[in-house]
Amino acid sequence: MKKLSNIIVLSLTSITLALAGGTTKLRVGGSTTVLPIAQLAAEEFMNANPNVTLSVQGGGSGVGIASLIDGTSDIADASRAMKDDEIKTAVAKGINPVAHVVAMDGIAVILHSTNKIDNLTIDQIRKIYTGKISNWKEVGGEDRKIVVLSRDSASGTFEAFASLALNGEKVRKDALMNASNKAIATTVGNTPAAIGYVGLGYLSSKIKAVTVENITCTKKNILTKTYPLSRPLFMYTNGKPKGELKNFIDFILSKEGQELVETAGYVGLK
Amino acid sequence: MMKVSREKMIQSLFGVLASGSLIFLLGIILILFQQGLPVFRIVNIFQFIGGQSWYPTADPAEFGILPLILGTLWITVGAMLFCIPVGIGSALFLHEIAGFRLRSILKPIIEILAGIPSIVYGFFGMVIIAPFLQNLLDIPVGLCALTASLILGIMAVPTVCSLAEDALNYVPKSFREASYALGANRWQTLTRVVIPAAGSGISTAIILGMSRVVGETMTVLMVAGGAAVIPKSFLNPVRPMTATIAAEMGEAAVGSPHYHALFAIGLVLFLFTMVFNVVAELISRKYRLKLGLGR
Repeated sequence: MKKLSNIIVLSLTSITLALAGGTTKLRVGGSTTVLPIAQLAAEEFMNANPNVTLSVQGGGSGVGIASLIDGTSDIADASRAMKDDEIKTAVAKGINPVAHVVAMDGIAVILHSTNKIDNLTIDQIRKIYTGKISNWKEVGGEDRKIVVLSRDSASGTFEAFASLALNGEKVRKDALMNASNKAIATTVGNTPAAIGYVGLGYLSSKIKAVTVENITCTKKNILTKTYPLSRPLFMYTNGKPKGELKNFIDFILSKEGQELVETAGYVGLK
Repeated sequence: MMKVSREKMIQSLFGVLASGSLIFLLGIILILFQQGLPVFRIVNIFQFIGGQSWYPTADPAEFGILPLILGTLWITVGAMLFCIPVGIGSALFLHEIAGFRLRSILKPIIEILAGIPSIVYGFFGMVIIAPFLQNLLDIPVGLCALTASLILGIMAVPTVCSLAEDALNYVPKSFREASYALGANRWQTLTRVVIPAAGSGISTAIILGMSRVVGETMTVLMVAGGAAVIPKSFLNPVRPMTATIAAEMGEAAVGSPHYHALFAIGLVLFLFTMVFNVVAELISRKYRLKLGLGR
């Protein structure tokens, strides 16, 4: 509902501003992972600068980058770095993509609080999620079938987890696909044999976050990228941003903007 | 003159209002086909219906909805196993045994059950029933077809009970009197006269209960587990069609194959419930003719 009301506010504001005239229009599109950050930031930015209209869309990192290359958007949100061939296409079209890291994203791997396992390697996590390991005793736990929980394959968190931990392999078919981080945290809290993954903001005393490759999932380790399941979130612009575009990027990177990043459930850079 | 034109006006107003639902239905069907059919450019219909892998965002994507169809069917069968005895049983109790006062208390209570929002049922199932069944049956995870069936069964009880009780009330008193006059006792009258005479209504009640179960979304999204795997027992997590649409529609890019595949699932669901409704209609017609009931 929050999202919806944001969208309504955004569109109402843009309509009013378009009627008023004399405004700068900026188009932001791309990764659904970055979308909440972009939406919150756009809303606040437009409140402070009524002469700027920001239209924010999702669609996925690839879509966002493609529209930056086509010149149909001003900012491409991406939850991954641009690929080499994307950069080549951009350069061929006279677009000079500049990356701005706006936030860090970290994914905690969680177990039931009674599970004795404290550490998993990336390899073990991948084998559990792809179906090669199905019993806790294979990773040093008790003899119990593993209940695997995952986010729905359309979600940004899944996309991040798949690229950081699964190497593009498919999640086992009998994994319980959940619609929200909250559902995963609740079910893992109730299920002794469960493994799941959630954003950093969803950790609680009922569940236990394991260390991955012996590194704890903390803000500090995510910011320094020592925690393996962490990644930067980008906004790409064409060339060094100027004018209102620069103001918007600067706003996101400001203290206030980074607080919005934390509100959206990600790790702020400061 | 004034009166006639006014009458005509009111008539046509109500005509428009009545055809409103028809227009909505046609619109929905049209959109379902328009948005659902494009997926068959990417997979053929047999791969779609019979495919065993649902990986809509993998590369290459796989759109096999057999596990989803089976998930829906298992939950529906399970829910009906629970709901038919309880629903029909309570209808018979209300109609035959309960006195006027007891009925006037019980019936509203059963109907309140229908008014509880499905998300409340889902939350109740997720937080209370699932952990309870998990401990009781010593299963790895409580979010499974059994839990979903149980809760959907409870949710469908008011529909089935209420409609079945109405059907029992519609049986003409003369049937019962004739049966008693021939020397039949109360049990014989109930099983050989009243229930067969109300058969069409009772079948309709069951089938409408099934439609409710098949279409229920929020509850199954929360308690069925969500694993797109072909279920082998009631203790396996399942992913029904409705839950798939609800979980993935928000994230699927508009116009992508995934988006069209979700509409195609909606189309399959629509065909399911349409078959149920047609069967319900056919049954009630057949019984009506057989018994010569005028309603």
